[in-house]
Amino acid sequence: MSSVCLSVCVLSSSGSKVLVHFVNQSGVKSSVFVTEGETLLDVVIKKNLDISGFGACEGTLACSTCHLIFEESVYDKLEPMVDEEVDMLDLAYGLTKTSRLGCQVTVERWMDGMTVHVPQEIKDQRGKQEAVRSK
Amino acid sequence: IWGSHICRVRGLSSSSGPRVCIVGGGPAGFYTAQQLLKARQDAAVDIYERLPVPFGLVRFGVAPDHPEVKNVINTFTQTAQHERCSFHGNVNVGKDVTIDELRQAYHAVVLSYGAEGNRSMGIPGEDLPGVFSAKDFVGWYNGLPSNKELHPDLSFETAVILGQGNVALDVARILLAPVEMLKETDITQNALEALAGSKVRRVLIVGRRGPLQIACTIKELREMVNLPNTRADMLPADFEGIAEALKDLPRPRKRLTELMMKAVKEGGDDKAEKCWGLRFFRSPVEVLAGADEKRAAGIRLALNKLEGSGESVRAEVTGQLEDVDCGLIISSIGYKSIPIDPAVPFDPRRAIVPNEMGRVQDTAGLYCSGWVKRGPTGVIATTMNDSFDTARVLIQDMEAGKLDLSVNKPGAQAITALLQTRGVRMVLFSQWEKINAEEEKRGKSLGKAREKLLDVDEMLCRAK
Repeated sequence: MSSVCLSVCVLSSSGSKVLVHFVNQSGVKSSVFVTEGETLLDVVIKKNLDISGFGACEGTLACSTCHLIFEESVYDKLEPMVDEEVDMLDLAYGLTKTSRLGCQVTVERWMDGMTVHVPQEIKDQRGKQEAVRSK
Repeated sequence: IWGSHICRVRGLSSSSGPRVCIVGGGPAGFYTAQQLLKARQDAAVDIYERLPVPFGLVRFGVAPDHPEVKNVINTFTQTAQHERCSFHGNVNVGKDVTIDELRQAYHAVVLSYGAEGNRSMGIPGEDLPGVFSAKDFVGWYNGLPSNKELHPDLSFETAVILGQGNVALDVARILLAPVEMLKETDITQNALEALAGSKVRRVLIVGRRGPLQIACTIKELREMVNLPNTRADMLPADFEGIAEALKDLPRPRKRLTELMMKAVKEGGDDKAEKCWGLRFFRSPVEVLAGADEKRAAGIRLALNKLEGSGESVRAEVTGQLEDVDCGLIISSIGYKSIPIDPAVPFDPRRAIVPNEMGRVQDTAGLYCSGWVKRGPTGVIATTMNDSFDTARVLIQDMEAGKLDLSVNKPGAQAITALLQTRGVRMVLFSQWEKINAEEEKRGKSLGKAREKLLDVDEMLCRAK
């Protein structure tokens, strides 16, 4: 409901429009035009994207729930991480070599067309693993 | 308030959507509710919480100097204010209402009541004055009503903390932090005053295994290393062989270990008044009483060696002992869930409700999420993911017909009526908001984020 209204309103703002594709925990892709200068956390919240539990600490580097996985070519061009981001990222579920926290990544024009995704849900498998590990 | 609640429930009972009851108003309860409300537009979710105030360990466990971690309260507040969700505080499930009564009133019940007990060390002298569980000590500085009379004696130079998880490090940091760092937080005023007058200058944080097994995370260790006016006091002998092992470690463990090694090497400002240290390969075997036999004056530690490798490294006794003089002993070896109702299966060995992916064993329609399901470890995000998993399983069961949704269930209407006949005063979310406003107001006059009410009766009074 609200994301359609948002897309229309945002066209009139002065920031450059960058196309970003988000893939959520169930593999569902959402493609959105975002404004340069916003963080990816801002984008998920403003566009009301269906990513469960994203941004619990509201961008204060106190959790790892805005964890996003980038394409390698994009990851390599991102600003380096400060210690505090690495500290939190190290606790993230499904950490990869091209993982970052969304609240620390600001949208820039060159990111146009990039795809970011969150770790995929492992439904039964994780349940079974938990059951085995806890015995 | 009573009338308007009944009217709202009546409106909902004309719909035939699933009604779910959640026991426990902490992160597990709220995240489970959130996911259920999102996944089913016809679901009504009621949260029952024992205290008049919501949020569980986010309010009573997270350290006062970690306010960002408490931002999750905003999303929980949104959930509680959702039109298909109601919060009912001051309801003691197991005492005021039974699980069976809840199961009769709802299509499904989710146990999310966490871990209110603590693991005991099981050693002689554990009950001497001067020995506290970390759960109680944290509850004391965070305003948990049942810990308000703790009155820990902080007039001793050395404190020993058993356990090296994040809770242990939180306790160490609160004991040694300059008062300036705490005085604008939501720490209780009586704890702030006690800490301002504290004579504790040295805190040892003791673990039974080695540096590579330490359970805390790097953020908390970094905060200790950066504490003003303190220095690190480690034993280089505890770190033998660790430098060589670094290269094979996964990044999180490697960075944590490197930070520890840096603290061993650099130590810190020699002029610092206070110090903290990690002590490894040591298990508590006895709390030693002072000459007057009346309180703790020291702790006897057994020295261990490690056997095995990787994840399954175990501590084995060597027979050697070491005595440490100290007047404050805090046992931080884990919280523990307790059974709250005989109708619910409980595994006393693991202290959890036995379950398969959140479905309580042998009990249709009963689920669990959070610490009572998996054990008392992990951060809020861990509990969040776990709660989402349980909610998904519950939704699956609804869709697969394992829960009979064709039967109309009365939900809160029936339970509220029952509680009224039993003289239980429920606290609704809008009433918590009055308590919240009062706490913020009191805090403001003291220059603090909030001043928590410490007394259940006072909370109920404010909720009127």
